[in-house]
Amino acid sequence: MKKNVRIVINGAEHRAEVEPRLLLVHFLREVAGLTGTHIGCETSLCGACTVLLDGMAVKSCTVLAVQADGRSITTIEGLAASENLHPIQEAFWEEHGLQCGYCTPGMILCAHDLLQQNASPSEQEIRDGIGGNLCRCTGYQHIVNAVKAASRKMNQRQRAAARAAD
Amino acid sequence: MFPRAFHYHRAGSLKEAATMLSQLGPEAKLLAGGQSLIPLMKLRFAGPPHLVDLNFIPGAAYVKQDAGGLRVGALTCHADIEDSPAAAAIPILHDCAAGIADVQIRNRGTIGGSLAEADPSGDWAPVLLTLNADVRCLGPKGERTVPISKFVVDAYTSALGEDELIIEVLIQAPPKSSGGAYIAFKRSAPVYASASAAVRLAMEDGVCRDAAIVLGAVGLTPVRALEAEAALRNNQVTAKTMEAAAEAARAAADPQPDMRGSAEYKRQLVTALVKRGLEVALKRARGEKVELSHIYA
Repeated sequence: MKKNVRIVINGAEHRAEVEPRLLLVHFLREVAGLTGTHIGCETSLCGACTVLLDGMAVKSCTVLAVQADGRSITTIEGLAASENLHPIQEAFWEEHGLQCGYCTPGMILCAHDLLQQNASPSEQEIRDGIGGNLCRCTGYQHIVNAVKAASRKMNQRQRAAARAAD
Repeated sequence: MFPRAFHYHRAGSLKEAATMLSQLGPEAKLLAGGQSLIPLMKLRFAGPPHLVDLNFIPGAAYVKQDAGGLRVGALTCHADIEDSPAAAAIPILHDCAAGIADVQIRNRGTIGGSLAEADPSGDWAPVLLTLNADVRCLGPKGERTVPISKFVVDAYTSALGEDELIIEVLIQAPPKSSGGAYIAFKRSAPVYASASAAVRLAMEDGVCRDAAIVLGAVGLTPVRALEAEAALRNNQVTAKTMEAAAEAARAAADPQPDMRGSAEYKRQLVTALVKRGLEVALKRARGEKVELSHIYA
């Protein structure tokens, strides 16, 4: 029996009638048409499908769409507030934190979860934080560098915003 | 990969979930965090005709301290236990919660789901066995409290009845001057441990008054290493007695060879993990703060 769900994705409400077995990642890609979230291993090991569910990183291949009913999702398409890139996206670009790009949306959203909880993570904390995301191209060093750079950028911008508010 | 089609039921309360289970029959499954169940359903190892979703039940996820001890709601995710100030008073809980799989899985997976699945490689059961935790269960006939030692029955088999669910885990604070530690060794973040060890030492005037040593992933259920405990009890905890305990734990382990390693490799891991766990537990019993979590290599 199908079920009606209402899921807010990147600020926009999506309503659909779905089979209960529909996975969130398929809802995002096929119902909402947002293909920035990639499907990798499909067994909850690679992290390519990572999105934010109410701000927390989750693997969207291991969440049913019906479980996200009434909740908010952020995908890579919705991370930046405007036409500009998000500081984490800028940092991945500048630090060459990607090659083929397949893992990148998941890496960036996982880095976002990490930096929300720990604005200035150490290298080990970054490596632990992205432990659930596989990259087969970069050897991870440039990704770790990118997360460090993103941390610096976000901290600088926060200080600048605080100064402006004073 | 899609799961087989199923009927979806959303429980509004824990009691309603138990009622739904009794009405839907023994093939219905509960959906908590889904971090094991959903992959099993996608791989078609599991194909329940009915799923009862617990995620919309208000107030079933919490960590709180009261006169009865630390109470952890069944729907509490590992990440919330990792971050809980109340749970931080018992460092072994943080050791365990902070290292389960990866952040995405810790954000979804729950303590109740992990215990109910009773995977031989699950992390919570060994830890809770060293703490003599109780599992509060609810069924249509009411509540009962099951000691964790009676809760884990066999591989993938808990003491839960067909129409019962876990509502809460109850943990008594260990006595002062005791210390615990948990280390799981795994090949990468998202996978289950190759072997793990949970230890607790209760010290008095430099002598070990009580010890608990429980091994994970090296048997069909967590293995309580009784002879290893006996090697420490009423003895000073020295390099020599720790060595004896680690050797006894190695003998108690009954690992299966699999893609995570040979049986001999896992026995060697047990020796090293027990030794390292005991060193940390001893320091903690003396009041030292020691950071510890799972190791992957």
